[in-house]
Amino acid sequence: MTAAPSPRRAFSGLRRSWSEGRIAPALIWGLSILGLIMLFCLLGPLFIEPRDALVGSVLPRQSPSAEFWLGTDAQGRDMLTLLILATPNTLKIGLIAGALGVGFGTILGLIAGNFRGWADAVIRIVADAMMTIPAIAILVIIAGNIEQMTVEIMALVVASLAWMVSTRTVRAQVLTIRERSYIEVARVNGESSLEILFREIMPNLLPFIIASFVATVATAILAVIGLEALGLGAPQEMTLGNTIYWSQQSSALLRGMWWWWLPPIIVIALISLGLFLTSIGFDRFANPRLIRA
Amino acid sequence: MNDGDKTRVLDVRDLEVHYDTREGPAKAVDRVSFSLRAGERLGLIGESGSGKTTVAMALMRLSRPPARIAGGEVLLADRDLLKLTDAELRQTRLRDIALVPQGAMSSLNPVMRVGDQIADAILAHRRDLNRKAIRTRIVEGLANVGLDPSVARRFPHELSGGMKQRAVMAIATSLAPKVIIADEPTSALDVVVQRQIIQTLGRLQDGLGAAVVLIGHDMGLIAQFSDTVGVMYAGRVVELGPVQQIIETPRHPYTRLLIDSLPGIRERKALRGIPGLPPRLVNLPEGCRFAARCPFAFDRCRAETPEQQTVASYHVAACHLYPQHDSLPPITASEDTA
Amino acid sequence: MSSELARYIGMRFIQFLVVVFIAVSVNFFIPRLLPGDPIESLIARLQSAGGSQEMDSQAIIDNFREKYGLDKPMMTQYLNYWRDLFRFDMGVSLSSYPQPVSQMIRQALPWSVGLLATATLIAFTLGSVLGALLAWPRSGRIIRTIVPTLLVLSTIPFYLLAMILIYLFAVLWRIFPPGGGASPTLIMEWDWPSFVNIVHHGMLPGLAIVLGSVGIWALGMRSQTVSVLGEDYITFAEAKGLAPRRIFLRYGMRNAMLPQVTALALSLGHVVSGAVLVEVIFNYPGLGALLYNAVRGQDYFLVQGVVLILILTLAVLLFIIDLIYPLLDPRIRR
Repeated sequence: MTAAPSPRRAFSGLRRSWSEGRIAPALIWGLSILGLIMLFCLLGPLFIEPRDALVGSVLPRQSPSAEFWLGTDAQGRDMLTLLILATPNTLKIGLIAGALGVGFGTILGLIAGNFRGWADAVIRIVADAMMTIPAIAILVIIAGNIEQMTVEIMALVVASLAWMVSTRTVRAQVLTIRERSYIEVARVNGESSLEILFREIMPNLLPFIIASFVATVATAILAVIGLEALGLGAPQEMTLGNTIYWSQQSSALLRGMWWWWLPPIIVIALISLGLFLTSIGFDRFANPRLIRA
Repeated sequence: MNDGDKTRVLDVRDLEVHYDTREGPAKAVDRVSFSLRAGERLGLIGESGSGKTTVAMALMRLSRPPARIAGGEVLLADRDLLKLTDAELRQTRLRDIALVPQGAMSSLNPVMRVGDQIADAILAHRRDLNRKAIRTRIVEGLANVGLDPSVARRFPHELSGGMKQRAVMAIATSLAPKVIIADEPTSALDVVVQRQIIQTLGRLQDGLGAAVVLIGHDMGLIAQFSDTVGVMYAGRVVELGPVQQIIETPRHPYTRLLIDSLPGIRERKALRGIPGLPPRLVNLPEGCRFAARCPFAFDRCRAETPEQQTVASYHVAACHLYPQHDSLPPITASEDTA
Repeated sequence: MSSELARYIGMRFIQFLVVVFIAVSVNFFIPRLLPGDPIESLIARLQSAGGSQEMDSQAIIDNFREKYGLDKPMMTQYLNYWRDLFRFDMGVSLSSYPQPVSQMIRQALPWSVGLLATATLIAFTLGSVLGALLAWPRSGRIIRTIVPTLLVLSTIPFYLLAMILIYLFAVLWRIFPPGGGASPTLIMEWDWPSFVNIVHHGMLPGLAIVLGSVGIWALGMRSQTVSVLGEDYITFAEAKGLAPRRIFLRYGMRNAMLPQVTALALSLGHVVSGAVLVEVIFNYPGLGALLYNAVRGQDYFLVQGVVLILILTLAVLLFIIDLIYPLLDPRIRR
């Protein structure tokens, strides 16, 4: 038992990276950007009057000024207030969808990797097939047929199309980990397969699950915004995607009302960039094969 | 060793290779010198980490960061390989000095036919040859290593490990180089194939009259092949001499322990590992690098780095036991348990 | 053809069939399993609209009832659905009644495939070359500045890039048209002016797709190339005295392309999803805009038809990539 390395040192890679000052700059950048957005969501509401984000509460079509820092839209809403309220809503949907997707994907990956056989074959073929199907097509079909779209349904729908990455990652990792010596040791010591799964394999999977969570949240947020931009979101919610949709509906682009669509785009781009950098930063230690050069 | 023989085809002088690390340079190869005459076979032996592969890469000037050639000369017929321009270096590789690499199994491009890989080696040096002449050379080259001409049309994955190694040797010898560096050419092959490969290497070498540096960790194979053996420890050549003398009367304590740890070369006796580990090569203090593991170490060994000195004809060792002693004293039981 | 190759193609074909099966089934069952059968609610909507519509709603309703056998069991309807598909019968559009859905799709498909194939090919090639150069120790500083910039751009979704591009190049500077596939006055023919007109209109949507994905391809290719450059065959190629250019192309890029092509196959779905939205933003006459308008007009059959064709087209493209792959990798060919 002593000869086998402890599986509970799953994060030793990360810790080593920290201590050697070799942590990927991508991760630092990514987390900083995400932190900045969090700060914006948390502190923003202290400085605004939420009622200004309601239709008709302020003068419509105002360009940015001292009174309306980011101007107002065609329906008489203050853009800055709207942005501050919409960003956390968008993040929330993305996080819920991401968590659902990764949870679902991880369970399927564990089943596939652990039990092998026909369950593995079916899960693998379906996951591979689903990866090649453009999510938007299925999202549209579902969203177009739901009478009253809500945030929860939206998260569920998006999650149902965002589980494949974590399934593949987890399955591949389970297969590798199973071959390692300490699993053999645990098996010889008479641990049951469930015990082995939760005590020996799971802790090793954590970094990979976190990495695929970040990637999945990014996918989910972009899918949600895409759906909303098509006008298939929950229409009463204040979100970034809906804001884009309304700006499109009012031809804000051609009317030169850049303050309507540009700020949400910048926020979306920052969220996306932050998540992307974080996810490649995580990859670096979750996937040591990439550490080179 | 030090006669100014004009037939020397490879003369390595004070070669230094450093690995740049956070704490400073690690001297992976430290003032290594040796030379070969045409047709001579030198075996370079050492544990993993002793710097033997680093030497091989440096001889081809293929050292990649963090490794860096920090000094010395690699003279090929009086031209210093380390001072050539990039273009000259490219022309020199394969034509004058060729590598049979360590990972022969993975040294062939998986998406190119074997024949094309031989052809582009030849073409890089001989623009004057036409298609037919190259074709002839490929067939000859394959025949020289015991491969059928049909192998030229195969992809690497269609060949066995031994065939891949032969194909690699066919490439390495396609321009009749004067020096061949064979870096553990038999690793990852089974014992029977290993012997065949070494025999093939010997045949090729005889045919070309080339000098060969064979690098390895298997004293049996090295001894079977070489005329001269160099023993490396922690980046230094600690002993260099004719193969018979090295095996029968090793002068350096490390060589002695290395040979004792092998079964079957001398008479049968209990297998004995060498206690302890090689030193880390960063910020090494003065003194013999083997001192900490040496059963004969005395104060001077820890204070002063031993230089190579002649201990018999054509036989040098870097050890403070000489010239006071003629040969190594026996290892006593008490020292053995240390 | 050897048995390995046959096995490989067989597996890929099964995968292709699975995608088709999932696509068709999802397309059929999801609307029917969700609360409120869409066809029934559609009929209700048409009935309530009554005679106020120009078209004869009662005729449409009867047509539906009969055609989809709504009184028959679900399984029968499902089989009918398959049967109709094999006849390229995807029903009729409601918003442009009685135009058949298949005909509308036939008009839109070339636009989408043309735009997407061109843009993706450019992005993929450019990204792969840039990524490989980024990993190549000899490449210069320009590469090292360009690629990260492109990478940052590529984290922005295509359609948001599209909006920025429209604002810059169609509203502020008026270099390119803000939308459409060709000038409304253009008489389409196989001639030079038509070609120029179409390319002029395709520039911005194409650029949005290229900018939105080139960085991702470059990043993928970089890491593939980095790992290939560490391979023994690269070292041996150097030991052979080959010119750096040849090593880079025939030994480095050539091998790094293999996983890159696999990645292309896996990400095409993402690209298509993004491209659909780009078409919407540009009101491009392809499948994406058709889909959007169908959703807006609650044109049920059109939505189904477009989604199905979208998935099938992609599946066919992937199958083609799968068939090309053995030509690139001899280890599969055998």
